[in-house]
Parts: sequence; structure tokens; C-alpha cells
Amino acid sequence: MATADWNPLGNVYYRNVELYQMDWNGLLELNQYMIAAAPYGGPIALMKDDKKTGRVSTNVKPIINVYNAAGKPLSQLRWNSGNVVHLGWSNTEELLCIQDNGVILVYDIALNFKRTFGMGQEAKEMKILDWKVFSSFQGTGIAVMTTSYRIYLINNVDDPRVRKLAEVPDLNSAPSSWTILNLDRQSRALVAKDAQLFLVDHGGQYQEQFPELASTVTAFIEMAVSFNNKLLAMFTDKGVIWIGSSDLKKVYCEFNTKASQRPQQLAWSGVGAVVALWDKLCIVVGPEKDWIKYNFESFVYLVQEEDGLRIIGNELHQFLQKVPDVTEQIFKIGSMEPGAMLYEASKEFSRRSQKADEYIRMIKDKLDVAVDQCIQAAGHEIEPSKQKALLRAASFGKCFLTDYRPEAFVDMCQMLRVLNQVRQFSVGIPLTYTQLNHLSVPVLIDRLVLRKLFCLAIRICHYLKIPDAEGASRILAHWACYKVQQKHEDEEQLARSISQKLLDAPGVSFSEIASQALEQGRKQLAIKLLDYEPKASEQVPLLLKMDQNNTALSKAVDSGDTDLVYTVLLTMKDKISNMGEFFMAIRQMPIAYSLYIQYCRQQNPKLVEDLYYQEDNFLAEGNCKVVSSYSEEMFEDRIRKLEAAITCYQKAKMEFASKQTEDQIKLLKIQRKLEDESNKTYIDMSLHDTMYKLTQNGNHKMTEQLRKDFKVPDKRFWLLRMEALAESSDWTELERFSKSKKPPVGMEAFVDVCMKYYNRTEAMKYVNRVTPDQKVKCLVKVGNLKEAADSALESRNEDSLNIVLSKAIQSNNKQLIETIRDYKIRLNTKK
Amino acid sequence: MDVHLLKQLQRDQLAHMLESEPGKKDFVIDPCFTKLLDRIAGATFLKDHGVDKIYKLDPSQKSLAGTDIRFYFVRPAIPTIKLIANHINAEKSSHGLRKYKIIMVPRKLHVCEKILESEGVYGSISIEDFNLELVTLDNDILSLELPDFLRNFYLDGDQTWLHTVASSIVHLENLYGNIPNVYCLGKGAQMTFDLINLLSDKPREESVEKGDNQNIGHLFIIDRDIDFVTPLCAPVTYEALLDEIYGIECGIIDLTNPDSTSNTPGKLLLTAENEIFQMIRNRHFSYVFAYISDKAKELKLVHDKKDDLKSVKDMRHFVSNDLRSLKQQQKLLAQHIGACEYIMSTKSKGSFEEFTHVEHCLLQGSDTKECINFIEECLYKQTNWLTVLRLICLLSLTEDGIQSKDYKSLRTKFLHSHGFDLMPSWFNLKKLGILTEYELPQVNKPLGKMASITRRGQFKSLSKRLNLVPKVSENVDLRTPNDMSYVFSGAYTPLACKLVDLILSRESLISLDDVLKLIPGGVKCDMRLKPASKARGGHSIPSSPAAKVVLVYFLGGCTFSEIAALRYLARREGYKITIATTAIITGNSFVESVMERKPI
Repeated sequence: MATADWNPLGNVYYRNVELYQMDWNGLLELNQYMIAAAPYGGPIALMKDDKKTGRVSTNVKPIINVYNAAGKPLSQLRWNSGNVVHLGWSNTEELLCIQDNGVILVYDIALNFKRTFGMGQEAKEMKILDWKVFSSFQGTGIAVMTTSYRIYLINNVDDPRVRKLAEVPDLNSAPSSWTILNLDRQSRALVAKDAQLFLVDHGGQYQEQFPELASTVTAFIEMAVSFNNKLLAMFTDKGVIWIGSSDLKKVYCEFNTKASQRPQQLAWSGVGAVVALWDKLCIVVGPEKDWIKYNFESFVYLVQEEDGLRIIGNELHQFLQKVPDVTEQIFKIGSMEPGAMLYEASKEFSRRSQKADEYIRMIKDKLDVAVDQCIQAAGHEIEPSKQKALLRAASFGKCFLTDYRPEAFVDMCQMLRVLNQVRQFSVGIPLTYTQLNHLSVPVLIDRLVLRKLFCLAIRICHYLKIPDAEGASRILAHWACYKVQQKHEDEEQLARSISQKLLDAPGVSFSEIASQALEQGRKQLAIKLLDYEPKASEQVPLLLKMDQNNTALSKAVDSGDTDLVYTVLLTMKDKISNMGEFFMAIRQMPIAYSLYIQYCRQQNPKLVEDLYYQEDNFLAEGNCKVVSSYSEEMFEDRIRKLEAAITCYQKAKMEFASKQTEDQIKLLKIQRKLEDESNKTYIDMSLHDTMYKLTQNGNHKMTEQLRKDFKVPDKRFWLLRMEALAESSDWTELERFSKSKKPPVGMEAFVDVCMKYYNRTEAMKYVNRVTPDQKVKCLVKVGNLKEAADSALESRNEDSLNIVLSKAIQSNNKQLIETIRDYKIRLNTKK
Repeated sequence: MDVHLLKQLQRDQLAHMLESEPGKKDFVIDPCFTKLLDRIAGATFLKDHGVDKIYKLDPSQKSLAGTDIRFYFVRPAIPTIKLIANHINAEKSSHGLRKYKIIMVPRKLHVCEKILESEGVYGSISIEDFNLELVTLDNDILSLELPDFLRNFYLDGDQTWLHTVASSIVHLENLYGNIPNVYCLGKGAQMTFDLINLLSDKPREESVEKGDNQNIGHLFIIDRDIDFVTPLCAPVTYEALLDEIYGIECGIIDLTNPDSTSNTPGKLLLTAENEIFQMIRNRHFSYVFAYISDKAKELKLVHDKKDDLKSVKDMRHFVSNDLRSLKQQQKLLAQHIGACEYIMSTKSKGSFEEFTHVEHCLLQGSDTKECINFIEECLYKQTNWLTVLRLICLLSLTEDGIQSKDYKSLRTKFLHSHGFDLMPSWFNLKKLGILTEYELPQVNKPLGKMASITRRGQFKSLSKRLNLVPKVSENVDLRTPNDMSYVFSGAYTPLACKLVDLILSRESLISLDDVLKLIPGGVKCDMRLKPASKARGGHSIPSSPAAKVVLVYFLGGCTFSEIAALRYLARREGYKITIATTAIITGNSFVESVMERKPI
């Protein structure tokens, strides 16, 4: 009978389902232990409690054992730190060991130490009196009460920031009870000072609370907050259980248990009932004062869940829950709900009875509801046989529906399969369907990974068709990280097996695995693994950390990201004290080498010269010296630099460059002398400019000297001199110059230079001396078009005449145009 | 491909960054960003997002006053970072509470962090990236505004900015879809392509083959070093001339003539939105004035309308509608006229015609002796050193090396004219392969010299095979262009543009193999979008509109002449060509950027 284990509590039913026969049965007595069990079917931690065993405490350090929910041992640790007063679990299934000095040590499920933090100075000095582990809005929180009755709390164990709560007025002895309430996104403590209730927050405020009370109270001695933080139960010294909302504004009932003794545990089963436990007896109290009594054969421990209460004992692990509505609708005796009818029909159908048809006819209109009910009810069953029966009913009902969407059915089948797998004794995570929905599949997979059940996790991912990047790859990465910690395995083989599995998995970070390997001191393995990392930006820093400079450098160069190259170069430079060695290392990589030179050019120009020297690149070294000579302030230093440059150029067999540099030194020395003599600036002028300036200043002797010294071509000298003289309007000297010998530039250059400085009269002098074939052109240049035309006619050159004509048209000289046209006719007729 | 999307994204990013720090803040910018920032977001935009004062980073200032929050908006260069560190150290004592944020554009570099660390300020600052890569300069021009690229990459072998180029392309692909056909012309281009594949999150092949969301069909990545000739040639199109003579910075020109009587000063934004400019920007300069005078007459006509106005209503209509645009157009026209005049006067001052003649001779490879004589004469006459150096470079490039004797004499003469300090720069040009010496092969030389012999003749054979120098330049119509070479008066077609034209029209490289062999650094292509007609297996892919959209990315900068040529190509063939570049260069800025020490 499906309803055999149902107990009525007012209008609803409660059932106590067996989850597991405990594996530890007969091996231990729970009542001798300090117990911590994580919600959502999480692991159970046990530590022998000397107070409970009544033994004289010895110096032997206690042992912490972690079991799965089926009592199968997972890990063990001999405690070697301070005095542990409490154990708790965080929402990421980390074990929190609270010591009496307020220091909390965090371990993972395999009892590997992860981190530690304290609850502040006062807790450390005063020791702590009491503690609560609670779930806050940000994760798992811890609150401790010091021996001076002050409460300190943190909201998130992953980000431990200690807050001090306000003081409860006139609290001179330990409060009779207290708990942490999460209201309005803030954690506050509800402290009972005998019959008075105070709500204290970390803003320094306290408020006295006055909940509605029918019975008289001298002290609240126990409190329990429901899983969803909305409901509160308080136990008074008179044996009354007060049940209300956690803001103390609403009261559901006050139930007198007539028990004078403080209950061993007060807890909520889901949100529907409060459970008080005394040794082997427990009472379930509903909001309407209804109650059920359960007896146990031995000591039990209660764990609150979202939708029920887990009861862990020596032999059994049970789950007390309110019978879900839909289950009740189907299985309640005499139920006429469509689901119940469908379930009956399906049963009859399997017996090949025609009654099946009758039942179906009865619910014909509500068949879709019936199917939904059966699917939902299947989800709430723990027994696979019951799940099957319900799903078979749903599937049977579906046959009569034409447009029923199958997703709900398929989803439920998949979820149940996953749930049944993780509920297995060896895995031991007794999740209900409701809990899984709240926890979500990715978190479940994380929890499997924490338990090193990689294979199961991956199979679930594949079964649920979770994309590899979010599911399988992540699991594989965790697997690989775990794998590298196994020191007995051969590195070569390990690297190969990891790469085999992970290479095709998208989104796996090999660098993360490698850094894990490095942490384990397995450098060679890390290097091998890093080779598989496709992102150079991940590879390089780790390689550097492992002193694999050359590999890092070549990886960085291959990546084409110069920034990475710089990272390597600069790190290497800091690490290798011997510069020569450093240069040798980078010389093999031209890209890195030129980058380093770029860097030095801006940071330390002298170093660039050294680098070129090292490399026997004497030309570049010489160039550097020449360039840097210009920034020398002292004249002598400049000369010295240039002389050094000459040596370089000679080594480089750059004859031209060394000659030029020698000339430059010579020129500089002359310029220096000139400056001393004339008080004019000459230094840094080019040879041409120097001669030009000298000519303008009338120092023809020096000009002549320079011309000889530097073998200045005649043409340049003439043009230079003409220009200089014309610019300084030294027309007489210009004329004398023109007559000194036959000018290598032609007489027309004189015309040009005169016109450039707007002296037409002077220009005319030279026009008469130019060769006849240039005459027309020169006349045009000086602007004497008429004469140009005449001259062209004279030389009988029509082309020249045309040029003059076009100029005349440009200047719009009508008379001249006529004349030239006339000339042209004359020229043609004469032919 | 809407390039303004980029701009909008950058604005949003900037706003987000500014508002990450609540409260009033000062904004100190690298001087190289002033114009650039103007183009993305003006001063008002910055003020709207909480910026109090804007400073230019000035090496002479040792510290700054201002509010308690300060942003530095800089390129990650060592001297700049040192300067900032000095600021912070100097202010530490007086302004202990100030918050500093250094924004490195386009990304932060480890070197800079190291510097900050060694200067002891790393703890008191926060560093952020600002991923400002390609800036939208116009409807069809994107620029990284990295003029240093050319020098850093080709001369110093520093690949820092190559990474930026690659990542800018990856970002473009994220926005506009993967580009199926990629052609890499030159070595740097191929390196860039490898980097793109490294940087892409997903393997490109897959997403390209899927073909969804493709807005761009072809990407050309072109190395500047495959064609140094183009930037050295004197420009003749209007926009290119403006850039050469005034200098256009981020699309903004300052038309204040230093020695002109025209009184139309002022800054002008040169984009397609400027209607008159749009009409003349790509014209050969000799036909610009014709358009402007037509336009002036047209304006006069509209202006004359005011005399015919009969009623008050007409009057009001005229004043409220026409007058305003009229005034504006008049002003613009005046500005362009002023610019034209100034260009003319500058050009006629030197012996411009002779220069052009020599340039054309060099490109054709005729009368080399005369050209050398002309260059020598220029040296004797102390013609502007940049102009002469450009001609010498052009001589070396078109002759594939200057004959030893001439090379030596030109070099000595050049240094005598313009100073010994240019010698290292000469070596730089030599290193780039722009100025090379060519020794006449002697009969009994060992075989090792053969390599240099094959190199010789590269320009000549390229130009012959690709018909870069039209045989009869008279056929090129400069008024209504009928050939890309119009951008150099019909004397030369920019190599990059010619290759783009050829490859796009053939849709494959197969028939071009023997030509592409000649390209320095080689050519590689990755083609995923097969031309519709040639698709195998019967299922022809319908040619998507993206097939006509082309992105041409110049590494090391491009000139406005090339841009004009590509615009002409786009018009002729119905392509939509967008030009991306590391910077827009002119002949002078190109040569100057590889100089060792800029002469004062």
C-alpha cells in the first residue's frame, strides 16, 4: 500500500522514507561524535567529542572522518591544529573547522587544507563561547559569540570580512539562546536574554522584539530558523514551542510539549512542520497544533532540507517530508483526481482488464492534467519501481492525447535517471527532484567533480547533451588537475594521457593544469603540458616562472605579440645577471633582438652601441656614435665621438663613411676657428652653406681654401659664388667674377641669378654676352619680349619665335603679338 | 559596410571609460591625439561626460594643477610614460589624494608597466586599455594614425604595431563578418595574416565557409615596401596636393596661408560631406580651377536671384533657406580658391615643370644621364633637401640601383650641400632598399653576385609587365580620367592599385604568377569565396553583394594619390572600396620619417 507510511498532520500527510542503510552501522556510535552534515544530500563529517564520550581528554589528537550520505567513508584526517569546537559545511561543500580561538580552517571534501581565517582579535583573545554556521545572501556565513557575549559575523567564508554586531543591553551572562536571521539582505542576530528578545545588527543598532505570546515565558532556550529563512521556531523553558514568521510579526501557534527538558535538536522539516528531538523520541508539530510522534531505536541527528528533514542514525538514513500534493492526489485512498484514475487505468491495463478503458473514459476531458500529475508524482518518488509505475501511467495516458508536448515527460525521465544515479549508495547524494531544481545541474556536476567522480560527471553531461565547452571540458580539466597530483605516475605517460583526452575538448586551459603541476613540484610535466596550450599569453608567464627563458622567448616570438616578447626580455634581463649571457640568449632571435634594441634606444642609448659592438655590426655602431655626437655639448667631446665613429667605419670597411667623417672633423675644426675669428656661427653648417656664408662676408680667401680642401667641383663653386654675391648685391664682384675665366655654368646662369634678385639692369649686361642660341631665352627671362622677338627673327628660329609669342599672349601685349605674327610671316615667306 | 558604426562604438567606449570614475576629472592627452580625438568626440562630448579641463601632455611641464581625478590618454611609449611618472612623483607631496588613471591606446604594454614600476608610481595609478584602433576619417578611409609604423616595422624590425594591425582587422571581422578572400602582398602582409588567424577566437576557415553575416568580400593587405615609388612621386590630384603642401591631419586641414594675401584662414574638415570638396578632391589639379569658377558662376546666379525677389514672402523664403547655404558655400569656395592660389604659387616658385619632366623621364627610364645632371644642378643650387633626396631615391628605385660612380658622387655632393648629419639617414634609406648602389657586373666575378643581378630590373620588368607606365601618356584624359595613372598625369599607375585592379578582375592569381613573383616579399592569398561561375559540383554560390565590397589595407601608410586611384577604380568597376591604412603619408613625411636625426 502506497499510503502505509503516511501519517496525517492536520490536513496533510507526512511520510518518513528510508534513504540508506548506513554503511557505518556497527562501526561507530553517533552519540559520541561531533557531527556536521551538509544540506542537499551533502557529506557528513564526524569527529570524536570527548565531552560526549565522557572520557578524560587525552593528548591524542582527534580524527576527522568524512562520509557520504550513505555512511561510506570518503576521507580521514588526524587533526593537528588547535581545539576544534564545531564543524560545519559551506555551500561549496568545504569543511569549516571552527576553533575555540575563533580561527576557522577550511578543508575540501578530501580533507586537503585550503585556507584559514580568523574572527578578529577579540575572539582570539577571549575565546569563543558559541557559534552558528548559517546561509547568508552571499553564501555561507559564520557567527561566533565571544566569552564577553559579543557577536562577530562574516557573511561569506570565501570573502571573510568580520563585522561586529551591536551589543545587547545589560547582557551579563550567556544568553539563553540566539540565532542568525537573514532579513532584508542583511544578517542580524536574534538574541534571547531570558524572556527578552533583541535583534542586533552590524550597524550598531539593537531593537527589542515583542512577539505575540499567549503563554508566560521565563526564557527562550532554543531557536530554529527554517531553510528558507522565513519561519522561526522557539522553545521556551516551559516546554512550549512558539511557531511564527522570522520577522516575529506573525504567530502560527504555540504548542505545549509539556517537556521540561531542553530538546536535543529543534529543526524545521521544509516549511511545514517543526521537529523537536529528545534522545530517541521526536515530535513533529504542524502550524495548526497537530502533531505526530516518532520513536527511534538509537541516537539520531537532524539535517534541515529545503523540502524536508533528513534523519541520520546509526543504522538508517531517513527522510521526513510532507507528502507532496500531487502524490497525495494520486495515492490518497478514494481519490477521484484524474491522476489517480489514470494510475488505476494503467494498472488495470497491465492486467489486461477492460476496466482500464472505463477509467480512461471517466477522465477523458482531463487526461492532460492526469498525465502531468503522474509525471510530477514520479519525480517525488525515491523508489525506482514507483517512479516506473507512475511514468508508465503517464506514458499510457499520453497515447490518448494527440497534441501533448513530450518535453515534460522526457525531461522527467532524464532527471530521474540522473537522480537515481547520484542517489546510488556509492555516490551517496540523496537529492530530491525539488532540491535538484534548486541546486541546478551544473552545481551537481561540480559536486561530483569534488568527489572525483569524473566519469559519472562526464556521462551525465553527455546524457543531458550539455555542450562540451560548459560541461565535459571543464570536468576533464579538473580531472587533469587531479591527475597531475598523483605523483606515482610516470610523467611522460601522464602528459600523453592528459593531452589525448583534452586536446579535442574545447576551452580547456592547459596552462591552468600546468600551473597545478608546477605547484606539485612537477616542472618537467608542467613544461610538457604547456606545450599543448594554444594561447601564448597563457604559456609565457608560466614558462618564465619555471625559468624556461628560451622556450618562453621563442613562444613569445611565435605569437607575434611583441608585448609578450618584452615581458620575457625584461624578466630575463632581471634574472640573468651576466649581460653577455643575456645577449647571447637573445641574439638567436632576430625579432627579439631588434625589439630589445628599440627598447634600449629609448632607455639607454649607450647600450645600443655595446650591442652593435657585440654583434660586430660596426656600421650601425658608427652611425650611433655619429648621431650621439650631436648631443655632446663640448666641442672636444664631439670630435672624440666622431673619431671613434671613424674607427668603427674603418672596421666595417666603409671607406666612404670614414672619409666623410674625417672631412666633417676637418670642417668642424675650420668652422670652430672661423667662429673664434669672426664671432659668427658656422658650426653645423654644411660645406656649401659655410662657403656661401664666407662669400657673403667677403672672406674669399677662406672660400678658396675650402674649395681646394674639399675638392669642390667648379660648377658648384661658380653657382654658389654667383648666388652669394647676387644675394648680397655685390654686383661689381659678380661682374669681375664673370670675367675671371670662362664660366663653366654658361652666361645664362648669370642672367638667372640677377633676375632672381630682381636686378634687370645687371641681367641685361650678361644677356649680351650669352651665346646666340640662348639669347632669345634669356631675353624672355629678363622680360624684354620685343628684343627677344627681334633676336629670334635674326636667328631665323621659328620655335623661339613661338615661345616669345606664347609669352606675349600671356602678358596680353596686343601690339607685340601683331609684330611677332608679322615676323612669322616674314620668316616663312623668306623661306 | 558602414564605417560610421566604428565611430559610434568608439564614442560609446570612451563615454563608458570616462564614467567609470564618477566626479570631475582632468584629461591629459598625448599631443598626437588632439585632432584624432576631435574626430571621434569633441570637447563638448568630453565635458558632458565629466571632464573638467583638457591638457596637452607637454614635456616642459613638471606637474599640473587640477581636480582630484586625472586621466592620461596616451600611446604606450617609453618617453611619454616617463613623463607621466615624473608628474606623479612631483605631485605626490602636494596632492597625495589624487587618483591617476593611465589609458593606453590601443593597448597597454608590459614595458610601460615596468617603467612605472621602476619609477615607483605603479602603486598609485591604475592602467586601462582603450582599444582605439582604426579611426573613421571619411566614408571610405580608416586610419590607425600610426605614422611610426613605417619606420618601426620596415627599418627597425619592431613588430609591435603589426599586432595592432592584425587585431584591428580581427575587430573589423567581428563587426562586419569574416572576409572570405584575403590577398597578402608582401612579407609584412603575410605576417599580419598569420597573426589574424592566431588572434581570432574561432578558427577563421570554419566561420568563413559558413558564410553568414559577410559584409566584406575581399581584403587586400599591402606592404608599403613593395612600392616605394608611389609616395616619392609628386602628387597632382587636389587632395594629395593639399596634403603635400598644407598637411592634412585626421581629415582636418589648416588653410591659414603663411605667405598669402588671401584672408580666408581657418580650419576645415575635409570629408565627403563637404560638397564642393567632394567634387574636386580627386580631380587633376589643372581641372580644379575650372570647376571652382563654374561653381562661382552658379553661386552668383543664385545670389542674383535676390534682385528678382518680388514679394515679402519670397524674400523671407530666400533669407531663411538659400541665403544661409549660400553664405556657407561662398566661404568654402573662397577657402578653396585661396588654397589653389597658394598651391599654384608654391609650384611655380621652384622649377616645377622641370621637376615633373625629370620625374617622368625617370619613370620611363629614359635620359638617365640628363636626369642625373639635373639632380646635381639642384644640389649645387641648394634646392630643398627633401625634394632632391626624393628625386635621388626615385632614381635609385626606377633604375634598381644607382651606378656606383654616380652613386658615390651624388652621395658626396648631397652631404656637401646639406650637411654631414644626413649621412646616417642615407644609410637608413639604403637599409630600406630605397637608395642602393649598383656595381656594373665584371666579367670574372664569382657566382655569388648573381643574386644582385637578378634583383636588378625589378621595377623595370614590373612596370613593363603590368604596364604601369602607359606608353603614350597623351591618351590619358586628365579631365575625365580613363586610367588610374591620371593621378600622376598619366606617367605612372600606383603598383598597389594596379594589383588590386588585376586581382579583382581575374578573381584568381593563377594567370598572374609570373608577375607576382616579382613582388618583393611575395604574394599569398587565401580565397574561400569562389567566383560564382567557376564553382564546381553544379551548386553555384549566388554572388552576394559582399563580393563587390573590398577593403584595402596599407601597411606603412598610403598616399592620397593611391586613394584617388582606388576611388577611380571603384567608380569604374562598381566596387565599394574602403581604404584602411596605418597612416596617410606624403612623399616628404615618408622620407622624413626614416631620417635618423631631423635637421633643424
